[in-house]
Amino acid sequence: MKTTLPVIVAFLSGLIMVVGFFLNPEKSFLGNVEEEVLRWGTIVGGFTLLLGVVSLVRVNSRTVSQKKQGWIFNLITLISVFAMAIPSMIPLSSKSAIGSVLYSIIPASWGGLFGTGPDSIYDWMFNYLESPMMATMFAMLAFYIASAAYRAFRARNTEATLLLLTAVLVMLWRIPMGEAFLRLFGDNVPQYINSFVMNGVNMAVQRGIIIGAALGAASMSLRIMLGIERTYMGKG
Amino acid sequence: MFDKKFGKRYFDDVEINLKGIIQITTLTILFLALIAISASAQSGESSIFRAERTSVLIFAVIFSIVILVYTRMAKQGKKLFVRKIAGLDAVEEAVGRATEMGKPVLFIPGISEIDEIETIAGISILGRVAKITAQYETPLIVPVRYPMVLAAGQEVVEQAYTEAGKRDTYNKDMVRYVAGEQFAYTATVNGMMMRDRPAANIYMGAFFAESLLLAETGNAAGSIQIAGTARPEQLPFFIAACDYTLMGEELYAASSYLSHEPLLLGGLKGQDFIKIILVALMIVGIVLSTVGHGEAFKALFKSV
Repeated sequence: MKTTLPVIVAFLSGLIMVVGFFLNPEKSFLGNVEEEVLRWGTIVGGFTLLLGVVSLVRVNSRTVSQKKQGWIFNLITLISVFAMAIPSMIPLSSKSAIGSVLYSIIPASWGGLFGTGPDSIYDWMFNYLESPMMATMFAMLAFYIASAAYRAFRARNTEATLLLLTAVLVMLWRIPMGEAFLRLFGDNVPQYINSFVMNGVNMAVQRGIIIGAALGAASMSLRIMLGIERTYMGKG
Repeated sequence: MFDKKFGKRYFDDVEINLKGIIQITTLTILFLALIAISASAQSGESSIFRAERTSVLIFAVIFSIVILVYTRMAKQGKKLFVRKIAGLDAVEEAVGRATEMGKPVLFIPGISEIDEIETIAGISILGRVAKITAQYETPLIVPVRYPMVLAAGQEVVEQAYTEAGKRDTYNKDMVRYVAGEQFAYTATVNGMMMRDRPAANIYMGAFFAESLLLAETGNAAGSIQIAGTARPEQLPFFIAACDYTLMGEELYAASSYLSHEPLLLGGLKGQDFIKIILVALMIVGIVLSTVGHGEAFKALFKSV
């Protein structure tokens, strides 16, 4: 039963999505059932959020209590989780039961600090802590690309040398100064690089990979729907 | 070819396959007839069936039949050749290395939700990897980005440890929720790599801008790295920073390949057969386009 029921659910869910794709939602008896199934998925996902928080708190609090290497980061994580979550859940006014108790202790003017609206603690932490940190992580990608490119483009053999030459040409074409330099060899050289390297060789290879991946995904979906593939449940 | 034994086996296979083909084809014809009747019952725009998606339906039906036929052939014990995938053969080697070094294996099932097929492929591979780590009693760390993936991952790893007879060494926190934000997740996993120095990092699933941040950090930490994704734009990053990379379809083939189960391998062979059909269609398309009749051919495949 533990295996059969999930397979039946997977089959029915898959079938609804496939049939729904071919039928007109306004005319068929199924209506917008695909959207409904997706909505159910979101609701079930909402319930599992608690599992995530429990896992996060358990793993991090254990590391802090055992003072393992880097425990200070785990402590910051725990503080951040509660600092973001608790103020956003506090009611904004004294209208609710919890609000009336709370605002008998703290001034009513502090109400604006709670919730998730503009100028709330949540909003402030999101705009001035989380967003800049995300942007910093993303910006670091440039340095990682440089280090990976250095390794990948070392001319150790014929293939690596070809890769290096192609990369140099594409990079030159991408920057104004490089484009001006390439034009010294002929006005059409930058366009030729674009059409031959990017829209020719590169696109052909990418499409090959995409077609293969799409077939693989379709094959796997079919195997899952028919219960042949049950490895995602840890079976088989 | 005219060997008596070969001939008998050949006809046995045909008989077996014909049964499957007849069953599937009958169902398909019934399905198509149902749609056609519904479509003809209503005129033009108000049709129940989206006529513009007919080519997709035909392709889906042919694809399903081929996959099912090959699966049936595998079920009957027909030997199916599947080419070697170096990246998957290296999985056991990577776990062995981690065992020798006494260091953990880090597995990342992508950063997408469970409704992404790539994540499901990643979770399937996780089951296989967990079985090997259970047998070798090697620590396994699986940081995830979504609670749904957490629940699925925990279930799969627990099952793998139970099947390996090592239920007592299973720890629920092997699969752990890290962060919901893409770069917060990346920062935490990078921190794990630099602090715990896992001997092997396995990335299998959907990756985006964080792919290189993760793979380069793993490279700097000296881990053996195996990656697999179906996103062509992330593949160059993994190829540059990892020891082995599974490209596109190889990710979906991984769980079947690692399981060596004939039924699953049958699906892979069916997929290859469809690829041959597609290549043939492409060649026909190229020839027709060259002689100036490409548009009519392309119109056959037009869909939304």
